[in-house]
Amino acid sequence: MGVGQEGDVIAAALDVFVDSLQFIVDERDLLLEKTLEHIVLSGAALLVSIAIAVPLGLALGHLHRGSFVAVNVANVGRALPTLVVIAVGFIFLGIGFTTVMLALVVLAVPPILTNAYVAVDEVDRDAVEAARGMGMTPSQVLWRVELPLALPLLFVGIRTAAVFVVATATIAAIAGGSGLGEILVNQAAYDVEGLVGAAICVSLLALAADAALGVLQRSLTPAGLKEELPAFEPDVRPVV
Amino acid sequence: MAEPVIPDFGEASDCVAENRLFCTDWVRENWDPVLQPALVEHIKLTVIAVGLGFVLSLVAALLAHRFRHVERPVAFLSAVIYTIPSLALFQLLVPVTGLTVTTVEIALVGYTLLILFRNNLAGLRSTPPEVLEAARGMGLTSNQTLWRVELPLALPAIVAGLRIAVVSTIALATVAAFVVSEGLGGPILGALRLDFRTEIIAAGALAVGLAILADALLVLAQRAVTPWASARRVT
Repeated sequence: MGVGQEGDVIAAALDVFVDSLQFIVDERDLLLEKTLEHIVLSGAALLVSIAIAVPLGLALGHLHRGSFVAVNVANVGRALPTLVVIAVGFIFLGIGFTTVMLALVVLAVPPILTNAYVAVDEVDRDAVEAARGMGMTPSQVLWRVELPLALPLLFVGIRTAAVFVVATATIAAIAGGSGLGEILVNQAAYDVEGLVGAAICVSLLALAADAALGVLQRSLTPAGLKEELPAFEPDVRPVV
Repeated sequence: MAEPVIPDFGEASDCVAENRLFCTDWVRENWDPVLQPALVEHIKLTVIAVGLGFVLSLVAALLAHRFRHVERPVAFLSAVIYTIPSLALFQLLVPVTGLTVTTVEIALVGYTLLILFRNNLAGLRSTPPEVLEAARGMGLTSNQTLWRVELPLALPAIVAGLRIAVVSTIALATVAAFVVSEGLGGPILGALRLDFRTEIIAAGALAVGLAILADALLVLAQRAVTPWASARRVT
């Protein structure tokens, strides 16, 4: 008992991890196919969410209107469990790609919208005044001053949503979503090695999505703001 | 002649048999055996996860407050954990801790760390320099300053972090059902596999309602412990 048993548990766990790496190697074609499906599903959901939430957030932030809605939508979004959103989508729309995608959009819009709003709303008023004083039209102020200055925070929202969508797309498998979730929710077919192997792939995909968006963020950020960005940004702003 | 042995599953009402959107009779009958235990388990999962996460993150924040170089590694580690998908993290832990509540709790605690650490630290650092100066001028030791000045002033940020952690843990705990049949995720997942609408909606509404109620209670708690903030409240 005691130490010996703990050693056994650790040895058994190591075995599973070795087996799951073997699973990744053996089933690389399957995993590649599921990963691509995962990317298509998450990408589609993220693009739709961005198309809805970014313009709305920018517009509200630019006009400094609707702060109550824009800020609280994220709180409401947090209170909605993914499983519940997917299950309710399943009730009304049945099984399929559209159901899952819409459920993901419902979950991804709040963080993007709130951050887009706050990003533009919090842009230094003096900078906006100066731009106006230089004779810029309201739309020039938005595109040339507010948007560039809002980019870092805007991307915080998009990156949060992206990680969230990649993660949640796994749960979507129970409502007919494709992708790596199909392996993760199907222990009967893939055994523990398959589950752990797929879990490793999903985790890497989430980290990769965050990193890729980080690179995009860097390339879009104006040179003057760049020094402020560390390589890996574990968003240290307090959430209040 | 002996009666044929037919298991008694009770009478399904028309509503349940037709799988209509919401059957109040099913909810009434299954509140005690199904919904209420799941709700209690869900609350337990959340309280334990946020409780442990809070203690860990407060210790880490206090350390980072005193020794600056602690901040980056803790922030980095908690951000990496936060990035791992919940279902994946649950499954990754299964080989180590098995299909148990421990597996679920480890993952749930892990997810609270980023938000709680960040807010605790921001709160501790929010004391204005002139207040610290005044505390020192009054002869308070650094321990006294921490307990009597910095921690009380950090409360609004700490409670704000707790609100987010509690609400997201309640939402996240539904996913635990994939690993162990605990909490409201169990009925939701089971009903989803059977395509039984009433149970999905009832258990789902309980999860959302619980999150909203918990958030409201924490707002009240926040007002109670920081009476000075009501003059200029930041939500």
